[in-house]
Amino acid sequence: MPKAELMDFDRALELFEPVLGFEVHVELNTKTKMFCGCANEFGSGANTNTCPTCLGLPGGLPQVNKKAIESSIRLGLALGCEIAEHSRFARKNYFYPDTAKNFQTSQYDDPIAHDGSITIELESGRLVTVEIERAHMEDDAGKLTHMGGATGRIQGADYSLVDYNRGGVPLVEIVTQMIEGAEHDAPEIGKTYVAAIREIAKALGVSNARMEEGNVRCDANVSLRPRGSNVLGTRTETKNVNSLRSVERAVRYEIQRQAAVLAGGGTITQETRHWHEDTGITSAGRPKSDADDYRYFPEPDLLPMAPSRDWVEELRLTLPEPPAARRKRLQAAWGFANLEFQDVVNSDLLDAVEATVAAGASAQAARKWWTGEIARLANAAGVAADSLVTPAQLAALIELVDAGTLTDRLARQVLEGVIAGEGTPAEVVDSRGLAVVSDDGALIAAIDAALLGQPDVLAKIRDGKVQAAGAVIGAVMKAMRGQADAARVRELVLERAATIE
Amino acid sequence: MTYLTKLSAAALSELLVSRQVSAVEATRAHLDHVTAVDTDLHAFLHVAGDAALNTAAKIDARRAAGDVLNPLAGVPIAIKDVLATQDMPTTAGSKILEGWVPPYDATVVARLRAAGLIPLGKTNMDEFAMGSSTEHSAYGVTRNPWDRDRIPGGSGGGSAAAVASFQAPLALGSDTGGSIRQPAAVTGSVGVKPTYGGVSRYGAIALASSLDQVGPVSRSVYDAALLHDVIGGHDPLDSTSLTDSWPSMAAAAQAGLKDGALKGVRVGVIKELSGDGFQAGVTQRFTETLALLVAAGAEITEVSAPNFEYAVAAYYLILPAEASSNLARFDSVRFGIRVNPDSGSLTSEHVMSATREAGFGAEVKRRIILGTYALSAGYYDAYYGSAQKVRTLIQRDFAAAFSQADVLMSPSAPTTAFKFGEKLADPMAMYLNDVTTIPANLAGVPGMSIPMGLAPEDGLPVGLQIMAPAKADARLYTVGAAIEQLLEARWGHTMLSQAPALTPTEMFASEEGAV
Repeated sequence: MPKAELMDFDRALELFEPVLGFEVHVELNTKTKMFCGCANEFGSGANTNTCPTCLGLPGGLPQVNKKAIESSIRLGLALGCEIAEHSRFARKNYFYPDTAKNFQTSQYDDPIAHDGSITIELESGRLVTVEIERAHMEDDAGKLTHMGGATGRIQGADYSLVDYNRGGVPLVEIVTQMIEGAEHDAPEIGKTYVAAIREIAKALGVSNARMEEGNVRCDANVSLRPRGSNVLGTRTETKNVNSLRSVERAVRYEIQRQAAVLAGGGTITQETRHWHEDTGITSAGRPKSDADDYRYFPEPDLLPMAPSRDWVEELRLTLPEPPAARRKRLQAAWGFANLEFQDVVNSDLLDAVEATVAAGASAQAARKWWTGEIARLANAAGVAADSLVTPAQLAALIELVDAGTLTDRLARQVLEGVIAGEGTPAEVVDSRGLAVVSDDGALIAAIDAALLGQPDVLAKIRDGKVQAAGAVIGAVMKAMRGQADAARVRELVLERAATIE
Repeated sequence: MTYLTKLSAAALSELLVSRQVSAVEATRAHLDHVTAVDTDLHAFLHVAGDAALNTAAKIDARRAAGDVLNPLAGVPIAIKDVLATQDMPTTAGSKILEGWVPPYDATVVARLRAAGLIPLGKTNMDEFAMGSSTEHSAYGVTRNPWDRDRIPGGSGGGSAAAVASFQAPLALGSDTGGSIRQPAAVTGSVGVKPTYGGVSRYGAIALASSLDQVGPVSRSVYDAALLHDVIGGHDPLDSTSLTDSWPSMAAAAQAGLKDGALKGVRVGVIKELSGDGFQAGVTQRFTETLALLVAAGAEITEVSAPNFEYAVAAYYLILPAEASSNLARFDSVRFGIRVNPDSGSLTSEHVMSATREAGFGAEVKRRIILGTYALSAGYYDAYYGSAQKVRTLIQRDFAAAFSQADVLMSPSAPTTAFKFGEKLADPMAMYLNDVTTIPANLAGVPGMSIPMGLAPEDGLPVGLQIMAPAKADARLYTVGAAIEQLLEARWGHTMLSQAPALTPTEMFASEEGAV
């Protein structure tokens, strides 16, 4: 539906109540795949991380990755879920070329975790509790690339290539209960919920949690209930919405689209929908009914699991502080303004700043460097900021600035040296000869030379025209190749101008 | 060197170990015999003559160099085509896998190679092991060495026929509902389905995962035990593989040869596996065998397993359900044949459909459709769910029976080998032929078939089935070896020494040419 035909968001909310539901897939960062010993690695050559099992060759059999079970249990616990005493895998049968076995090894009746909840905080301060129905384990599909078409989509393609490197990578699918009462906050709830899941997965260390690499993928269910009705509307499921902003936009779009359809006397088709990042709209996918028949049955090649209560409790002890609580604590400790703190969080630099502070730097200096110069360099290089320098290196650099050894400008040069692998900040200072010249003798010699070389300027200073000192300061700084503290130079210029013969 | 093919694996092993015979000689003798008789019998789908001779030469070199090898090193073996072999095509008897050479070996095959056995080739079978006659192979029937107009049993008719016709002293089979034991019974050979989880399934093309089990085929109980010891034991690649440590099956078989081995052994005879539907000669030989056991000091009790009545019905829900899912991967995308549709667009869906239409035989399609239906939403509880409950009841029947008996016995099959085509048009009749063997698969307990004579009315072999509690495979070998010894002593010969001499096919050809 073209955007012009959408119903105005506020008008849609007057007529309808949105009901939401989310399925978030979290890809675990185990060393090997869910059911075989192949590397779980992004970016390898096509079909190189494969074996008879994950290629679905005749005779291949699955073996469960214990680390994946452990990560799933920890994720379940962090979502406040019960961990099942008896859990088993089930086969979800459907034919698709990216699914090597033509069934997905998933869970049906007995998911590993169920009945949890998390509370998220919106920008307004509103707290929303999202109930988690279940978190279950399954294996990922391979990746299809459609060739020959203009759009890269399957429609119009001449043929498709399939890379099974991702096939068999462990996933946890987190399914919410219906979220009612979202009202105008519905789009923000979507975004904030997915951000919270991502943050939890990252804090647990169970996933790389990079949405741009597909480590976290969201399917957003939206339906509208006419005001005054107690009958749920028909829902759509928008698949693979893969950035936080897109989740927000997709939910908003579906509310506006469905409202326009319903207000125009139409009906909503129960279907999956594709999200188009470029145009910001959804389009119809395949019809999806509640009677979709995947012919689930217990996976006979794997034994049922019975995670011992002792093990679960051991894992509970390994849970980190919940990210929301941690954020509150750190913001208070650092005394950051909301915008400053958001900047850090949104840039994914909370860990980096925390570690830098732990290494002895002040919180403000750490924030300033990470979100400023380092982020700028990282952005230019197209890499993550925390891959450029370590918190310890930055803390050492900040210490040099605080001690007056470096000016900010010199410190930026030292940072470049550190990034270039020239050594610690102190080593770079030495090797590049970048320390501030604080030897007054050298400065005085340079100042005297400058003053005597410009007698007119000296006369003006002596006449009390202090701003004339700027010309001398500039000449001195140039002579010192910038390695002098400008404030100190200014002091000395005025002092020498008064006394020089 | 024809005599080499007549030897048991154990006897051949002695000659190899003492270097009276080389592995190359033993292998060549068997390959020559294959050439002579298999054009007619068609036990093999693929014969790897050069590779076998090369492997044999390496074994000879190692033995000459003084390496201590497994006693079976240098003994030829035939491998059912359901097992993945990285140097031989693996088709599971299906058109859809024609020419497919796997990039890996099944665990049991890897263990055979490590022990130095010589793979001769791959044996014929009902397509994806679906059948009791090997008539469902996409590559033509295998003939029973006892009567070339009759079936060799199935699904492992090729392995049983190869062993019974002296083309190999040993073979590997797989048994989902009797596919090792019933062919053994109708060809006069020995076949063992181990305890579920006792032998790795990794690399065995799955029919029904919860029922499949790989096992040995041979001409004597001791030979089967030797092979069992090579292939058995935990495999981390098969999650259903038991982690138990197992006793030597060969030692267990040896123990059965001692005097008084059967004394005090409690033998349970299953009431439900007798009477209607059992051929008179089969019942007669079974009764005679029981009398022999009594004379040897065994105690016979009749036990009842009331739920066995539902075993075939439950089996034909569980098997197709699992098979429908296991066979989904045969879709032309990664391996096997690809067939493009005659009309319409070349979407993956259309190509998959056309490939499966052309690549699967009628019986495979029948079972995929049955299984897909049984798992459908709304039918699951009534079919698959109920079948699993029956399975539990059958396990309880076994538990009750084994509280009264050390081993259970029945005929291995209700009839002797039937004629080609006799049951092809009537799937139910074919399915009911496995009534005796199916319960062991549903319960996961081990079962063995050994020959117990020829039926007087048709002169064809009759098999005795022995079953033991789960993990008590060793007991089967002890009791089986003891009974085998008693029977052979009474007959004055082995069963297979009575099989008709096979005429080399070249002679048929020249005779025809002379006409």
